[in-house]
Amino acid sequence: MATKRTIEMAVGSAGLDAQGRPRRAPVTVTEGGAVSTLEAPPSLEPDLEGEHMLINIGPQHPATHGVLRLVLELDGETVVRCIPHIGYLHCGFEKIGEYRQYNQIIPWTDREDYLNSIGNNVAFALGAERLFGVEITPRCTVLRVMAMELSRIISHLVWLGTTCIDIGAFTPFLWSFQERENVYNLLESWVGARLTTSATRVGGMAADIPDGWTEQLRHFVKTFPRTIDEVDRMLTRNAIWVGRTVGLGALNATEAVNYGLSGPMVRASGVAFDVRKDFPYLDYETYDFDVPVGSSGDVYDRFLVRLEELRQSTRILAQTLDRLPEGPVNCADHRVVLPPKHSAMSDMESMIHHFKQVMEGPRPPIGEAYVAVESPKGEKGYYMVSDGTAKPVRWRIRPPSFVNLSAIPKMVEGHLLSDVIAINASIDIVMGEIDR
Amino acid sequence: MTGPAIPVLPGAADAGASPPVTPKGVPHRGGTPNPTAAALSGKFGAAVHRVDVIWGETTVTVDGARLLEIVRWLHDDASQRYDYLSDVTAVEFRDADQPIEVVWHLRSLPFRRFVRVKVLLARGAPLEVQSVWPVYKGADWIERECYDMFGIVFRGHPDLRRILMWEQYREGFPLRKDFPLRGRFSRAEQLRQALAANPEARYSMEELTIAQAFEDLPGEMRERLAGGEKTGE
Amino acid sequence: MGLKERSGASITTYDPEGQENWVTTKLDFAVNWSRANSLWPMPFGTACCAIEFMATAASRFDLARFGMERMSFSPRQADLLICAGRVPFKLAPVIRRIWQQMPQPKWCISMGACASSGGMFDNYAVVQGIDTIIPVDVYVPGCPPRPEGLIYGIMMLQKKVMAERMSDKRLRNEMEPDPESGLYLTPPAIDELSEPFGNSVNQTRSAT
Repeated sequence: MATKRTIEMAVGSAGLDAQGRPRRAPVTVTEGGAVSTLEAPPSLEPDLEGEHMLINIGPQHPATHGVLRLVLELDGETVVRCIPHIGYLHCGFEKIGEYRQYNQIIPWTDREDYLNSIGNNVAFALGAERLFGVEITPRCTVLRVMAMELSRIISHLVWLGTTCIDIGAFTPFLWSFQERENVYNLLESWVGARLTTSATRVGGMAADIPDGWTEQLRHFVKTFPRTIDEVDRMLTRNAIWVGRTVGLGALNATEAVNYGLSGPMVRASGVAFDVRKDFPYLDYETYDFDVPVGSSGDVYDRFLVRLEELRQSTRILAQTLDRLPEGPVNCADHRVVLPPKHSAMSDMESMIHHFKQVMEGPRPPIGEAYVAVESPKGEKGYYMVSDGTAKPVRWRIRPPSFVNLSAIPKMVEGHLLSDVIAINASIDIVMGEIDR
Repeated sequence: MTGPAIPVLPGAADAGASPPVTPKGVPHRGGTPNPTAAALSGKFGAAVHRVDVIWGETTVTVDGARLLEIVRWLHDDASQRYDYLSDVTAVEFRDADQPIEVVWHLRSLPFRRFVRVKVLLARGAPLEVQSVWPVYKGADWIERECYDMFGIVFRGHPDLRRILMWEQYREGFPLRKDFPLRGRFSRAEQLRQALAANPEARYSMEELTIAQAFEDLPGEMRERLAGGEKTGE
Repeated sequence: MGLKERSGASITTYDPEGQENWVTTKLDFAVNWSRANSLWPMPFGTACCAIEFMATAASRFDLARFGMERMSFSPRQADLLICAGRVPFKLAPVIRRIWQQMPQPKWCISMGACASSGGMFDNYAVVQGIDTIIPVDVYVPGCPPRPEGLIYGIMMLQKKVMAERMSDKRLRNEMEPDPESGLYLTPPAIDELSEPFGNSVNQTRSAT
């Protein structure tokens, strides 16, 4: 006999009553897990007359996911207005980019979105290769897809762990960080570093994968879905989780696109925009994967979209393992890639290439290039302008979290204070990328 | 997964287009420009100064005075539908004679197109450009950042103040080429100014209006706030 | 180092031989042992080092072994400020206020290259080492330091705590910043700490 529990929860963006407060509708959740909403009850009586309260969250706060400051105007517990302040992690990345050679900028790309380090390395290398006009080898292409999908997995795992902690569930944090350690082992044996990988170079990679690495990755691809299933079992139909996330912070498709949202934020709102499918790179059109798209754009949909993306990334990794070709990992263009030592020591041309690259750095032709990739946060782009010298004139980072966060005042209006934390967590922000 | 999605499917409007592929062997210059370039030249004529294709990307340089009109047309026109603003930024070259370029990156999700629109700002004149906030809400913070880093004023922006540096930041506009990498002041002076600025020790005027403190402010201040004045420079 | 004493600063002398006996040493040991093994960290995490800090707190490296699993995000209840990540100038007053809000006894670990010296960010925006703003006990180098590295730094701090003596009055002095400028070191000292070292002139050269 299925037992029923009735819980109250706010229902969607259509659920605002005449006073602009979220309407609360009783929801019945059976033991089997089916969720059904009943009709909304009459609106609650208005708050007692009182002034609004002004409170400040951050910049140092456990739940702001970095140094973000939110100033909230509250009417009781309901947020009337939200004014975010950022810039507490502004470290002058774009300025420094004008003083470094292209290969020297790669360590900076690690540190801006530090959850997606190796993904940023790949994105920057793609942009620089477009600017230089070099093509990478087939082996490098597949290795970079592996890097990007591993990066997507570790970023989504941090999002999962920290969101669960914010909403109150502690255990998935430990599970996700344990899985991240498995990916860290893979990255460490490949490039030597866990977090700040600096794995790519213009024209190729810093290093080829060691022997036995593909077996390690195969093992990861086999065991990781069990953790996703465990999280799914624990959270997806959990009454507390559903009650805390459904109907919060919803944006419809037109609004989401107009705000410039990208990544899981815009896909949860119903827009099937994924840079891998629409403006492909690294031969993504040849891989077989789906892009999960939500419908209401609330926190719950974003959770489901990201959970499904973890599965899809594992699917892509399995395909890369089958198609990894042999061959060199760096391209043969020695104006960009250092020539092998034995030729640099023996023939004049290689020696000159080596000298010029070490003393000045590789120089691209005059021009500009903008390459965007699908980072776990959204559309991540690097715009580089060259005047023919070894250091770019302008290095612009198009930060997905920055644009996604700018929609927070709209998303948070009318919700309760505890919902602000949940909505902020669902955007998946990285202050390093926002403030650069 | 949740119920049936109502996706805005890219490519829906462009029947007969083949699915997109990874670009390979892209030439430095030349190549087919985006059809938008021809449409813009046809519609706006002399306001479109030049069209370039560099590394496969179409760049359209336009007249700054008609920028908002052009961007609005790109957004609204049924054959263009550039519904997504990717980025707004600026480029200052090392050569002091070259103008400062303000760059907009636009995407059309239904047609899967990308275009770069540029406006050149001559040196010596005040750095001003129209804001595209009326068309794209996402331009809000992006334009504020461009102002903070370059000092370019976006006319029509609802709330143009510094976003990454603190509002009373005195050293200048960091991404300008005449701004040294380590800043203009000594480290101790930079630290002193930062400690004095202390932005979160106080609420801005805008924030104070909404708290009860508004009633306690002197009448002259209340009038200034009611007139829309904001703190910060 | 170039640090000059401020005029009017009180100088206390510490003479261990004259001030210690059997009771105080045993009491010192008990107090220090309990402090060292139950440090409640206040993770002032800003950037990448914060992620490695979270990994140190998670299952594989487990800070709970050191009694540090109870992260105190309120400085009022914390013993140890771990500054994990780069600190830009905009964040300087924040970390100063957090430090001042922490009650004594308190210690500070500067985790990572950016917190210790500004790291790779020698530019207009980043504080060149948080020791220009607050007093630091242990510096943990790395970018980011491995969890083992952070644990080594924590163990070093534990040794430092064990070596403290109650009779040493210099230890629990709260820092006094200059009321006008807010600096607690002299400007020449701050400039010297912030100087780039090494020989690379290419760092501040744009173009070739």
